Amino acid sequence: MAKQSNEPVLWALFSAGGVFAAFVIPVHLFLIGLAFPLGWIPAPGYEYLHALVRLPLARLYVFALCFLALFHWAHRFRYTLYDGLQIKHLNELIFFCCYGGAILGTVWAGYLLWNFR
Amino acid sequence: MTETRQHARYTEYHPRWYRSRVSTWWWLSRWPYLKFILREISSVFVAWFVVVLLLQIRALSRGSEAYAAFERWLQNPLIVLLNMITLFFVVFHTVTWFNVAPRAMAIRFRGKRVPDFWIVGANYAAWAAVSLVLTWFLVRS
Amino acid sequence: MTETISLEVLRYSPERDAEPSFQRYDVPLRKDWVVLDALNYIKDKVDGSLTFRWSCRMGICGSCGMMVNGEPKLTCATFLSNYAREQGPLRVQPLRYFPVIRDLVVEITDFMTKLQSVKPWLIRNEEKPISEGEYLQTPEQLDRYKQFSMCINCILCYAACPVYGLDPVFIGPAGIALAQRYNMDSRDEGAHERMDVLAQHEGIWGCTFVGECTKVCPKHVDPAGAIQQYKLTATIERFKSFLMPRGAK
Repeated sequence: MAKQSNEPVLWALFSAGGVFAAFVIPVHLFLIGLAFPLGWIPAPGYEYLHALVRLPLARLYVFALCFLALFHWAHRFRYTLYDGLQIKHLNELIFFCCYGGAILGTVWAGYLLWNFR
Repeated sequence: MTETRQHARYTEYHPRWYRSRVSTWWWLSRWPYLKFILREISSVFVAWFVVVLLLQIRALSRGSEAYAAFERWLQNPLIVLLNMITLFFVVFHTVTWFNVAPRAMAIRFRGKRVPDFWIVGANYAAWAAVSLVLTWFLVRS
Repeated sequence: MTETISLEVLRYSPERDAEPSFQRYDVPLRKDWVVLDALNYIKDKVDGSLTFRWSCRMGICGSCGMMVNGEPKLTCATFLSNYAREQGPLRVQPLRYFPVIRDLVVEITDFMTKLQSVKPWLIRNEEKPISEGEYLQTPEQLDRYKQFSMCINCILCYAACPVYGLDPVFIGPAGIALAQRYNMDSRDEGAHERMDVLAQHEGIWGCTFVGECTKVCPKHVDPAGAIQQYKLTATIERFKSFLMPRGAK
């Protein structure tokens, strides 16, 4: 049997991230990026948000969202660089920058959420 | 019977065949290609959202003054503009993702393929429901 | 005086030219003529050196694929009258992303090799002897792969696929759709044999679901859908073999 490629795993992460991002990111971004800063909807207070994020379920949700969305970006962006800029010959560098970036982001998310007080 | 056939070997390089190189700007040559690249670029804005979310978490963990500074940063006109563009792209991601969903999964019900319309519709309905639930959690004080 | 339409046809003679160039022809605009009729008119009456492939002229053999105004089309199914009111002449070029042998004729061995590599035939562990009768198949079982069996190997999808143009190792839309056609056939037992070829790094993973292949397919095969379904299958197999290394096959 031929050597097992890791592409299926990366594609699975990309797909899961794509689904998760498609469902939740628009509303999150609308609220946090536009509705609250521009005053269209009164923003939640610091106390409430802090208490909300402290909930283990909320922290798990945020972690999963960041992890999957970052790997979604990494996979898609890697192929965009391959096809859009035709720099396949740099594929090892691209691979490490994309997935490395996603790993760093995930680690940062984990660190912030684990130490959230 | 799984005997492998030896197929004829053709010369792969022929000096007189004309091969044109695909231009770096191939994606500008046709509108469907450009739409495809824009769809792929939406992933960058998805990643930007993750950054904003994590900055929010970090600000929350540093106390109410840090959070107030974060909220002020979000009101900076340049950031607002960036987030407007981001909103466009993440919605574009959602719409294009739902539109191709039925092709990626051949869902069969009672032996017949479910028409694309129902799958796309179900996705939009779920999107609306999820958005409402999240809004309810996030706009309370 | 019959109405005419102008065609600009890309000519390339390997003996004479270093590069292809357009040549303009005026062809009668008959309402029932397709681009293939125009090319045959040119060959018969104007310029006998024009070289192109065609056969059935009714959209089933898959020979006459060419670029018409930048889109891959079967020239036997593309009516001249649709382009009568366009600005500028009708441009006919050989299929994109394939080497050109001469004029409108392209070298398709790459496709042939890739097609053969996915083993597009029924693979059985043991053939049932004829005395035991036919393989039975219900309409539901037929429905699972029928759409993919409509492929006429015209390779318009390859001409539409930018990944195929950019990546020489990518198997391509029709190849993967045909592999799926056999994988989904209830009579076939060769899915794991095809998996090795398809699931290797660039076999199918180069596909980024541009979707143009499905748009240009004259037989509505939906190769893009086939590829995404196969990605899902391959991923599930990969996870299964990871979790049950010895039990998977």
